[in-house]
Amino acid sequence: MRYIDPHIHMVSRTTDDYQRMAQAGCVAVTEPAFWAGFDRSSAQGFYDYFRQLTEYEPRRAAQFGIQHFTWLCINPKEADDPGFAREVVSLIPDFLDNTNVLGIGEIGLNKNTKNELIILEEQIALAEKYQQMVLVHTPHLEDKLKGTRIIMDALAASSIDAGRILIDHVEEHTVAEVLDRGFWAGMTLYPDTKVTPQRAVDIIEMYGSERIWMNSAGDWGCSDPLAVPKARLEMKRRGHSDERIDQVTLHNPQAFLSQCDRFAIDQ
Amino acid sequence: MSREQVIDTYFMEHRAKLIDIAAYLDRLDRTSRAADDIRETSFRQCLEILADGESRRAARILSLLSDHTTALPQSADGLKGASGAPVSLVTEDSA
Repeated sequence: MRYIDPHIHMVSRTTDDYQRMAQAGCVAVTEPAFWAGFDRSSAQGFYDYFRQLTEYEPRRAAQFGIQHFTWLCINPKEADDPGFAREVVSLIPDFLDNTNVLGIGEIGLNKNTKNELIILEEQIALAEKYQQMVLVHTPHLEDKLKGTRIIMDALAASSIDAGRILIDHVEEHTVAEVLDRGFWAGMTLYPDTKVTPQRAVDIIEMYGSERIWMNSAGDWGCSDPLAVPKARLEMKRRGHSDERIDQVTLHNPQAFLSQCDRFAIDQ
Repeated sequence: MSREQVIDTYFMEHRAKLIDIAAYLDRLDRTSRAADDIRETSFRQCLEILADGESRRAARILSLLSDHTTALPQSADGLKGASGAPVSLVTEDSA
């Protein structure tokens, strides 16, 4: 059994987690830049974080035979101060040539503010300028539906092909619009918020297994770095074929991510 | 999966969740009556969706628990974090 966890924040996880993920069949992870649980005091804090994502974390993953890829950005929560956010965004181009960088992400909205939207549009423009793929964070809980629609409108106003954009953290009330507009959709498997493995499999049964993936988004909060293999078991329990299980947890992520030349899974 | 297989597989899990909800409502009943809390109001509206016999319950509940306003605040300064229920509820028809 082989799978990809295409959204997980390994900087927040222990080395033991890498070991358990490898034992469960994880062959690659992609790690978007995100909020650390506290606001950084300077752009220099992001510089160090980007170095961690591009230099240190791939080496830690490699110890367990897991390939590590990353996405860079300023996250929406810290993007509400446009001056500060622009300082951080100006650091990103120097990191885009690193061999494990797949694109810009996870950009999006947090509280659906005008300030967040300004920086979202500027990071979309950055992705356009450097021909980068995009990984999108959609807001939490009651803010998700409104935020997802605003984000999709902002993306549609750019020249980036919808097929090179993944909208993450979809749930039952947002997945159809995301897929209908041509984007890829990501389902995040969380214990309390977002979706459970059971609901993720329900969504696949209702909306199909094209242009969709599952991830753990494991981080410093309540989350489970083994959520993807648990969802595989849930699909197996319901009688889904091995081919369909592999499609959603290995081949779909591979297909989306391989649009970036740097992404390839070692055989 | 057949209907029987779905019940065989998931009944006990959701029986437990159902009793959790019942116990939560009982817990609320044991408290003193306070000013209306939008989270409690919306939760009770969601319970009505569960029992209305219509499909797409998960999507409709998520929509009911969503902010349907269109205005954007300039900044997040002073805004509370997401609570799981919108500041003002919409009717199910508009959701």
